[in-house]
Amino acid sequence: MKADGIGARVTRKEDQRFLTGNGQYTDDITLSHQTYAAFVRSPHAHATINDIDTRAAAAMPGVVAIFTGKDIAATGIGGLPCGWLINNKDGTPMKEPPHHILAVDKARYVGDQVAVVIAETIEQARAAAEAVEVDYGVLPAVADTATASKAKASVHDAAADNVCYVWGHGDAAAVDRAIASAHKVSTLDIVNNRLIPNAIEPRAANAAYDKSSDSYTLYVSNQNPHVERLLMCAFVLGIPEHKVRVVAPDVGGGFGSKIFLYAEETVLVWASKRVGRPIKWTADRMESFLSDAHGRDHVTRVQMAMDGNGKFTGMKVTTTANVGAYLSTFASCVPTILYATLLAGQYATPAIYCEVTAVFTNTSPVDAYRGAGRPEATYVVERIVETAARDMGLDPAEIRRRNFITTFPYATPVGLTYDIGDYHACLEKAVKLADYAGFPARQAEAKARGKLRGIGFSSYIEACGLAPSNVAGALGARAGLFEAGEVRVHPTGKVTVFTGSHSHGQGHETTFAQVVADRLGIPIDDVDIQHGDTGKVLFGMGTYGSRSLAVGGTAIVKAVDKVIAKGKKIAAHLLEAADTDIEFKDGVFRVAGTDKNVPFASVALTAYVPHNYPLDKLEPGLNENAFYDPTNFTYPAGTHICEVEIDPDTGKTEIVKFTAVDDFGNIINPMIVEGQVHGGLAQGIGQALLEGCVYDKESGQLLTATYMDYAMPRADDLPNFTVGTHVTPCTHNPLGVKGCGEAGAIGSPPALINAITHAIGVRDIAMPATPERVWRAIQSRA
Amino acid sequence: MEMNDVRTINAPRERVWVALNDPAVLKQCIIGCDSLERQEDGSLDAAMSVRVGPVAAKFKGKVRLEDVVAPNGYTLLFEGNGGAAGFAKGRAEVTLAEDGAQTKLSYSASSQIGGKLAQVGSRLVDAAAKKIADDFFAKFAELVGAPAVPAEGGGGAGGGGVPAKAPSGGPWIWYVVGAVVVVVLLYAFMKR
Repeated sequence: MKADGIGARVTRKEDQRFLTGNGQYTDDITLSHQTYAAFVRSPHAHATINDIDTRAAAAMPGVVAIFTGKDIAATGIGGLPCGWLINNKDGTPMKEPPHHILAVDKARYVGDQVAVVIAETIEQARAAAEAVEVDYGVLPAVADTATASKAKASVHDAAADNVCYVWGHGDAAAVDRAIASAHKVSTLDIVNNRLIPNAIEPRAANAAYDKSSDSYTLYVSNQNPHVERLLMCAFVLGIPEHKVRVVAPDVGGGFGSKIFLYAEETVLVWASKRVGRPIKWTADRMESFLSDAHGRDHVTRVQMAMDGNGKFTGMKVTTTANVGAYLSTFASCVPTILYATLLAGQYATPAIYCEVTAVFTNTSPVDAYRGAGRPEATYVVERIVETAARDMGLDPAEIRRRNFITTFPYATPVGLTYDIGDYHACLEKAVKLADYAGFPARQAEAKARGKLRGIGFSSYIEACGLAPSNVAGALGARAGLFEAGEVRVHPTGKVTVFTGSHSHGQGHETTFAQVVADRLGIPIDDVDIQHGDTGKVLFGMGTYGSRSLAVGGTAIVKAVDKVIAKGKKIAAHLLEAADTDIEFKDGVFRVAGTDKNVPFASVALTAYVPHNYPLDKLEPGLNENAFYDPTNFTYPAGTHICEVEIDPDTGKTEIVKFTAVDDFGNIINPMIVEGQVHGGLAQGIGQALLEGCVYDKESGQLLTATYMDYAMPRADDLPNFTVGTHVTPCTHNPLGVKGCGEAGAIGSPPALINAITHAIGVRDIAMPATPERVWRAIQSRA
Repeated sequence: MEMNDVRTINAPRERVWVALNDPAVLKQCIIGCDSLERQEDGSLDAAMSVRVGPVAAKFKGKVRLEDVVAPNGYTLLFEGNGGAAGFAKGRAEVTLAEDGAQTKLSYSASSQIGGKLAQVGSRLVDAAAKKIADDFFAKFAELVGAPAVPAEGGGGAGGGGVPAKAPSGGPWIWYVVGAVVVVVLLYAFMKR
């Protein structure tokens, strides 16, 4: 193994600038003649906008322009699109009410943007925004997921019962038969709590219009600049795509919340031509709480049917998913395509049926958040599996062993084909690392101290490496899901790689450079990774769904292989041999079986200085593109085991040990993978123990809009994680990789809640399992 | 937010009533009250400045009565609007009764807060509300007579007294309670 090649713990190249304060984030970019925007947001969850009086605001110092929803609608601008069509069970399409970039007649959630004020300074913009007087007619709000479809008020006239769609997946009749003939049916009613993403860098945008070229540049904190540009140009503003450059520079965390095309940057691009100056907006923290797309928010009933041996015979899931006030970019596919297809988990359950009712509410839009549908599905599966074990009197490890899928490829009853995995191996390794055998002694020792110990399992699977475009298209996707890469070899043999993937914390500049350096046999310092700029990168679908290495990395590998293939032809000419006799290894082209060779850098130089070159049959230059569309999803899987100790007097839960054994396929950089796992675990533990977004059910007011009321996980909330891996290489990409970005957040919440319910002997406890809830659960049991 | 309390004011009801009809007294009892003006439609407009630490804001409030059943009780509706700071609105059911030489005042208020007020202040409202109410009655008692004391078993009293007919000049006490609630909410917000 090369010291900086595949499999090496190379320290992150990007950390030099991040750790020394030299990152370049959107808000760091200030353009000539810069102006600043502030949005006027509705304080009401649901209200008619009767009148907007901007006169006082317009007269305030520094104000450049003020625009309202009516101003934008008058120019014929449509609303934000939803990227995925979901059909109802009866085949009719979902409801897609308009999502204006500034609300026109009604505001539909607290934080809905109703006007924008543009001024010389940010302080002037904010002061003037406060002086905009909006006459609201307050309407009753719909804010509760479970009861939204029965609410008297309607978020949209086009969906009077607030139902966006009712979607079914799987064989309902087979599941009903399994339940009817079961030895035992375990049932659980659970809630997947709503979360607010909280990237460290808030959303930000800076839009500039250049009159001389009639073109726009948008800097935006975003995970997929090409998709942002495509959606904005083709579906909203009608600007020719080649007249818009979108740059997503350093991005300080996304977690899904920066995938989407948001209203704010769209308004800025629209307004930049009208004011003739660049306009910058950066969300303050409270705006982030109010207006970033939130995550999760399901209310679910699950039933698991079993035979007398604890073998699963059928599973039925009925869930209501809150999509918020408007359909965000991928809101419709998260609780359906990314959810129901994962309900087999690691188990050979023969029949599964899932019905999803998506409801509109007067709350912020809900969309993908780290894991996106898969944490919700895993929570359902792993909670009911653990509950089923308890109902059957089986050990939680044993019920899993009895039901694991063991032959591959395996076609699940919910539409996926797992290519490879070894679920027993991950489970057994986790059982060993967690010292599961020693748990009873530790539990007894804790009991002697008056403490309650519990242990919980979660054997998750996820489908990532999104996605085969044809499969996604058949399921309703309105976009392809390939990735693009370009490998530009410079005359000196140095390499710049352009990738359509986007790094916002994942370490692509290191991992991708390791892959390229390893494959080309050159030092990692000779490789730079460029991303996040539609003006540089040929195309890209961006980063989400743990897809960057499996899909974006493969596109790069394909481009590298094209470079090597062309290099062989150049080398063959230089070495006066046949193309087919040239082999490439460790950075050297060689005539097979001889010592005749030419190094990579010489071939590169020859390509750009083609004096001795086969010009009659080969173009000069050494620069190759590749697009890669995967043939299947990848299926990372593993087992997490959480052990907790609870103080019954305070309800405080301490995680005494958290063990995660994951199969991510081949690993390029173990240090970066461990970092991703640690971050994911922290996020999942945050969901299970600390984080909960609360809207007042009556008024629709967001009650958790600061860090006083929304608890993010901190270092002292977390244990030292015990992590391990087991490798079964992915069968359908050349690197054999699967993806690791979301696994921690997907697998950990059920392990933790299973441990808490085990410790205190209750069937369920709501997330976040705060000390108060745990204490009350203990009291209710006593 | 819910707020219930019973207050025994250590003064005869007639004296309490007179004081409660004196806007000058009320203004002194509501900290930060800039004006209290009765409108032609019978409602009351209140304007208040609140300054806590470095933060200052002006709130406009409106209070009006419904279901007036003289002299036993009223339902009071209130709204306060602080512009970008958010809004508060709600209702309070109030009763006033003679209790020997004292006067017993009961109120049960519920309110909604919105905008920034809800986003940053919701957790603090209950505690802050109690403090503001205490401050109001302490000041009121100081102005009207002997010290005020909280009654036993808050929330359950009312309706048992023998109310006299309402004096002329309007039931100012209800406005006061509404205004207090508005101030309480404001205070809770500004305290952030």
